Amino acid sequence: MSALDQQLPDDAGRVQPRPRRPLRLSELWLLILALTASIGAFALVGLGMDDTLPTGFWRESLALVGLTLVAHVVIRIKAPYADQVILPAVVLLNGVGLAMIMRIQNSGARLAAGADVGRNTLWSALGVLVACALIWFLKDHRALRKLTYTAMVVSFVLLFSSLVPGIGVTIRGAQRWVNIFGFSIQPAEFVKITLVIFFAGYLVTNKDTLALAGPKVLGLQLPRIRDLGPIILVWIASLAVLILQRDLGTSLLLFGIFVAMLYLATDRISWVLIGMVLFAGGAVAATQAFTHVQQRMTGWLHAMDPDVFNAPGGSFQLVSGLFGMANGGMLGTGWGRGFPYLVPFSFSDFMYTSLAEELGLTGIVAILLVFLVFVERGLRTAITVRDGFGKLLAGGLAFSVAIQVFVVVGGVTRLLPMSGMTLPFMAQGGSSLLSNWLIAALLIRVSDAARRPSSLPMRGTVAAGRIVPDAGATHPADAAHPSTTPTEVISTDRTDRGNA
Amino acid sequence: MSELTFTLLRLGYLVLLWVFVLTAIGVLRRDLSTRAGAPGRRKRRAAVPQPAGTPPLGGQQPVPPPGPRAASRGAGTPTRLVVTAGPLQGTSLPLTGSSILIGRSPGSTLVLDDDYSSSRHARIFPQGGQWFVEDLGSTNGTFIGEQQIHGVVPLSPGVGVQIGRSVVELQG
Repeated sequence: MSALDQQLPDDAGRVQPRPRRPLRLSELWLLILALTASIGAFALVGLGMDDTLPTGFWRESLALVGLTLVAHVVIRIKAPYADQVILPAVVLLNGVGLAMIMRIQNSGARLAAGADVGRNTLWSALGVLVACALIWFLKDHRALRKLTYTAMVVSFVLLFSSLVPGIGVTIRGAQRWVNIFGFSIQPAEFVKITLVIFFAGYLVTNKDTLALAGPKVLGLQLPRIRDLGPIILVWIASLAVLILQRDLGTSLLLFGIFVAMLYLATDRISWVLIGMVLFAGGAVAATQAFTHVQQRMTGWLHAMDPDVFNAPGGSFQLVSGLFGMANGGMLGTGWGRGFPYLVPFSFSDFMYTSLAEELGLTGIVAILLVFLVFVERGLRTAITVRDGFGKLLAGGLAFSVAIQVFVVVGGVTRLLPMSGMTLPFMAQGGSSLLSNWLIAALLIRVSDAARRPSSLPMRGTVAAGRIVPDAGATHPADAAHPSTTPTEVISTDRTDRGNA
Repeated sequence: MSELTFTLLRLGYLVLLWVFVLTAIGVLRRDLSTRAGAPGRRKRRAAVPQPAGTPPLGGQQPVPPPGPRAASRGAGTPTRLVVTAGPLQGTSLPLTGSSILIGRSPGSTLVLDDDYSSSRHARIFPQGGQWFVEDLGSTNGTFIGEQQIHGVVPLSPGVGVQIGRSVVELQG
């Protein structure tokens, strides 16, 4: 027993916990702003095009307001401490995306034939309701840890289901759609969630092995050869996606998530370098071996070459998108006044250039910042939450959105080769909307756990004349985590200076 | 609709987007800012004058000599260390004449569950009848008032020391 323990008066160290249920006024106010921006966009689309409110204005607006209110109320009831910025950011992105789809559909252009704002609103509604159900029924994100290996099996089944003859569909060179009951869904969109759950569960158990000392080369702490197993396995899986499904984007996303989470778990930069080397090697090999990938590379490197521009499957789409952004300039053409519908798939893969054309650099930077804020909230949640599984889960989900935005925006702005992924929350596509709303719901759930005052013995409370300040930081499920083991207070005297 | 109205609406829309972004960032800042996490600090600073020994910013202060200067202060002997702001607000530790290590590490005397404090953040210790606070190379710094402290600084009772989002002070 230390000197401190013996001399504690009765009332020392008492803490008055003040459990205060947050009013969530920031969220409400941000939601009002987000809805104003979305409905304003709907109205401006019509006003800009033909001076009236567009067809479907009231339907879309009321649907969006209703869904937002449902989500807000569900969060108030079931996750009262959750982060207040995640939901408004997602609502804004989804609303502005719907407005752009509506704008392209109303243009009636030939290339806009696929745009369907009504159907996409239905998918948004489904996404919001599934997200609400998840927040309602999933009381604790740590329950997902039990599903670690289930999640792995589900991931592989989903990932390769599009290769099963009969239900797999090839669209535009990539075999990543599955046709079930008349719906074509992209299973890979859901794989990112199940894989993050698997990686989080796997890494939280094995991170110590993976971070264990191996040989040190050029100041880099390398892992041991036998610990390279999992990263090689995921590398093979992502290469298989690239080769068998010819899906560059998903391959990059899966591998990127894994490397990012390895780094989060082990804090070893060597994993990132190994991952980059492996991916670069795989990508170069794929470029040599497959015409589909080769075509993408040529379209990227020689986009402005007239031969490439005019070739079927050449760079026409990419360059039209660049022209669109140039037309938008600094302040944009305004809703309904640009020509985004001249770009093929302007409502899905090229949503970014459509928005950049009509909102200009000023508007698109604001939208990128909203993505940044969303990702920041995810990473912030990962820092704050106390259990290792939750940290990796939130960090991995945030990274998955960040990587996706990076790959999509990089692709359409010619920073990276085109990959054919969708801008999260904005582009048309049911699977993408649904899976991204699920990601938002999981982040909200984890952030509620992260910010909730601990119901376990309060940090700093006194148990019988003894301070156990760190007891609140301990979850039973996380006993393996060394830094959160409850420790009784020791009166540390490190200096021996002048205390005699 | 006239072209002027359209232009105004177009620019107004961009302003609206940025209002959203900036409001969201404002909400974020409340989380990030260590200043905002210490309510009432400003008021206290106004009431209590800075101790004379507060060093200039950036100066590496050597350990002040104990003895006459410290003894002449005579501001009453503090008996406890109280957390006046932050997650542990209201906690008090009795002063025992030994040094108090503050930080996130479970071995600290005062364990702060605070993202913004380092694991071994600061040390408060008595020497020759006077208490001193020493920053132990923390990431986010230790502050008395607005001033970041470097090295060892004398600490008078009633002066708040900000560590991460928490403020501690000696009380008589």
